Amino acid sequence: MPERKRTRLAAERVADLIQTLAGRGYTVIGPTVRDGAVVYEEIADAQDLPRGWTDRQEPGRYRLEPRADGAWFGYNLGPQSWKRHLFPPQTKLFTAERADGLFRILGPEAERRPRAFIGVRACELAAIAAQDQVLLEGPFRDGLYAARREGVFIVAVSCTLAAPTCFCASLGTGPQAPGELCDIVLTEVVNGADHWFLAEAEGARGAEVLDRLAAEPCTEDDSRRAGAAVYAAAQSQTRRVDCDGLREALEDNFEHDRWDAVARRCLACGNCTMVCPTCFCTTMEDFSDVEGSRAERWRRWDSCFTATFSYIHGGSVRTSVKARYRQWLMHKLATWIDQFGTPGCVGCGRCITWCPVGIDLTEEARAICRDGNDGNTVA
Amino acid sequence: MSSERKKKPSVAVVKFASCDGCQLSLLDAEDELLAVAGAIDIAYFPEASRAMRGGPYDIALVEGSITTHEDAERIHNLRRQSRTLVTIGACATSGGIQALRNWKDVDEFVRVVYATPQFVSTLKLSTPVAEHVPVDFELRGCPIDKHQLVELIAATLAGRKPNIPTYSVCIECKRNANVCVAVARGTPCLGPVTQAGCGALCPAFDRGCYGCYGPMESPNTGSLAAQLRVMGQSDAEISRAFRGFNAWAWQFRKASEEHERT
Repeated sequence: MPERKRTRLAAERVADLIQTLAGRGYTVIGPTVRDGAVVYEEIADAQDLPRGWTDRQEPGRYRLEPRADGAWFGYNLGPQSWKRHLFPPQTKLFTAERADGLFRILGPEAERRPRAFIGVRACELAAIAAQDQVLLEGPFRDGLYAARREGVFIVAVSCTLAAPTCFCASLGTGPQAPGELCDIVLTEVVNGADHWFLAEAEGARGAEVLDRLAAEPCTEDDSRRAGAAVYAAAQSQTRRVDCDGLREALEDNFEHDRWDAVARRCLACGNCTMVCPTCFCTTMEDFSDVEGSRAERWRRWDSCFTATFSYIHGGSVRTSVKARYRQWLMHKLATWIDQFGTPGCVGCGRCITWCPVGIDLTEEARAICRDGNDGNTVA
Repeated sequence: MSSERKKKPSVAVVKFASCDGCQLSLLDAEDELLAVAGAIDIAYFPEASRAMRGGPYDIALVEGSITTHEDAERIHNLRRQSRTLVTIGACATSGGIQALRNWKDVDEFVRVVYATPQFVSTLKLSTPVAEHVPVDFELRGCPIDKHQLVELIAATLAGRKPNIPTYSVCIECKRNANVCVAVARGTPCLGPVTQAGCGALCPAFDRGCYGCYGPMESPNTGSLAAQLRVMGQSDAEISRAFRGFNAWAWQFRKASEEHERT
């Protein structure tokens, strides 16, 4: 097993990190500010990073705010996850063309550009692992996902702050980024003029890049301070999901009044599933042109909150919003465990922030489990 | 499908009370227009051609709401003449912006606006086509989206179901990587209760959704209205938000009335 290389990197070296990766032919995708939020898009250099920005989040509300300390990664999660880049919202699966009395199938064209992701948080690594499990490790391996996923150079960043919507600590998915799945883990320490990164290389590829960055050896004290900053982020989390007995409690409360209560608030708009970094459901749409000479099949992100999602011969299986919300929450916290051995929630809190009416999954789960009833009581 | 096509379906594009913008969407579909014109037999389309043939038609595309006694009869005749009747746009599917008169006294408008009101004969309400005759498919929007129209025509020709979603604008908006204007800016937005189809046009330009495509499949207007209030909207503003191009769609109508000052 390769030695884990642990170094101290001057704050300004982030620019060199991006240049080094770009110089090696990687398309660098990282956080940048657009339209009032931090989003993950292609970045040219460190100027594109959201330096000097942070955010304030609460259920149904997100606002960017300036921060004075010049932190490169001093923000919490934005609306997009890396899912957008690994499992895009719309993919053309193939084209069929009529030619010489026959037809031929063209495509799909797999994405093969080498890409580097900068600023992947611990919960997002857990989400990537969850999607890997679904899309690569099951009986049906998704070739398009595999092509996009393969060889991605990942620079993870452990969180040293937490939004009020974060709850990774309770699920054990963060805020410390684990070494698995990534090449470099950064922890940013900023305290006035004292601003640097603990940079840990995971494996040869990461070590080789770190070597180029004039990283200094890191002291015990550096490690301790970085660790303390991440620990403080965990301690500051105010939301949590208690996993002990959660699956059983949810299964036992299939007809809890709370499902009706949340359905009265739920818009069934699908935002939670779109921003969720583990949600993987898609729909297929077949198109034919007016002349009948060309057809296309597209795969698009779908949502269990739509009526058509559960449409089978004769109608939708889940006609009520109550049934759809229950399906989603139970999949995340209970039936995902049956399928894959872990919860399908990584505690990123995006579904809380980006719900237009601020429905809080942690609060719903707690209410359903704490005040368990048999569904026959009248609220 | 054999390469020998069957007889081209005859199509009528018929206007009722409307601004013609939806019919224009067909002419606006420049890339597909020749293909469409080649695949169908345009039997009646006064806006675009001299074709003014009588029915029967295989497909009638109906624009506009029903606002006069004559139109209330004309739509029945058209229905009898049409194998498939498709309404295009907010007027034909929900009564349109002119349905705002449904909350007022139309005779008073007529007296105020026209010099010789005795020549004007109109119904008290502007109503959607489906309130008068059975409709086979409703294409939403103010105006409709030309890609959806071409998709509907292509699907009808191929005998397949059109890919016209009934879910919220939010799903399109998120797929397109727009940042939510409601959550990130506090901009009032009807996206969560409005049907997709426009490509989330307004949020892409930092505006809230105006609800041009009408209510989505399960619009929770009550919950959204409560949130609009949290965002600082008054009752009058909430009522006005729902009273737009699809004001007479019953879900929006109900929401607007609940917040109307009495």
